[in-house]
Amino acid sequence: MPLTNKNAIVTGASRGIGRAIALKLAEAGANVACVARSLDSVQETVAAVAALGRKARGYAVDVADFAAVEAAAVEIGKEFETFDVLVNNAGLTRDTLLMRMSVEDWDIVLQTNLKGAFNWTKAVTRQMLRQRSGRIINISSVVGLTGNAGQANYAASKAGLIGFTKSVAREFASRGVTCNAVCPGFIETDMTSVLSDEIKAKVLAQVPLGRLGRPEEIAGVVQFLAGPQAEYITGQSIVVDGGMVM
Amino acid sequence: MAEKSIEDRVKEIIVEQLGVNAEQVTTAAKFIEDLGADSLDTVELVMAFEEEFNVEVPDEEAEKLQTVGDVVRYIEDKVEE
Repeated sequence: MPLTNKNAIVTGASRGIGRAIALKLAEAGANVACVARSLDSVQETVAAVAALGRKARGYAVDVADFAAVEAAAVEIGKEFETFDVLVNNAGLTRDTLLMRMSVEDWDIVLQTNLKGAFNWTKAVTRQMLRQRSGRIINISSVVGLTGNAGQANYAASKAGLIGFTKSVAREFASRGVTCNAVCPGFIETDMTSVLSDEIKAKVLAQVPLGRLGRPEEIAGVVQFLAGPQAEYITGQSIVVDGGMVM
Repeated sequence: MAEKSIEDRVKEIIVEQLGVNAEQVTTAAKFIEDLGADSLDTVELVMAFEEEFNVEVPDEEAEKLQTVGDVVRYIEDKVEE
């Protein structure tokens, strides 16, 4: 299997796309450190990874907290030894029109979605550089490319991730460490389930493939980027959105 | 057992980090020109020195450390303080 004996860290692993990524990496042979805000919420993912015969551990970390991330990375390092794959997936939304958006709405989204990726990338960098190998995969979004009314904070964080991805890709390329982004479109998760039917219908009208995406379809691309076939790909943002953005 | 000198410890780190031969790591050797370090190597080296000697090296001071001897003198001064 392509990821046998590889160790992956997946943030936001308790549900949705993160959970699907943890499982897809495990299906390909990887052990997975599953990170989420609370240990309770991530236990189900941990059990599912373990059921595939891989090593799995849950870690409760607020990704926006640099010290907490550093401490968790040390713990993960003791348990898993190598850092082969990092998937920065943890993210949240605080949707509202800019005129109604509070500073808190802005800060929490940027700190979780963008600074969270910075924190984790910093925490694994030295080890990956030493190993002369590593895959960093950031989960961005199509709205990072197109913008979206009501999501100035979220879209900014996701666009920021793309610039971050390209810069990290350039900095680490000489050490065999790649960094790519995946930009999901409209995916069936808890994050999108809260949207009204009216908004969903509007979005669907923009999707040539005529349906919402599934978390597994994002996870499949992440699995590919984490594997040996993607060795020559770095700095890219791969859009998986049913053709919404071309 | 006598403690290793700062110079020896600095040189050991350089050998390990850059994968060069100990004979190449002379006091006059320049990291970039003589030892083949790139910008990422120099950052990693500084971080390794910081860890080994429990000192902090600000970026503007790190930029001035171009030879092995520069580092040895810098660390010796810092550790004495």
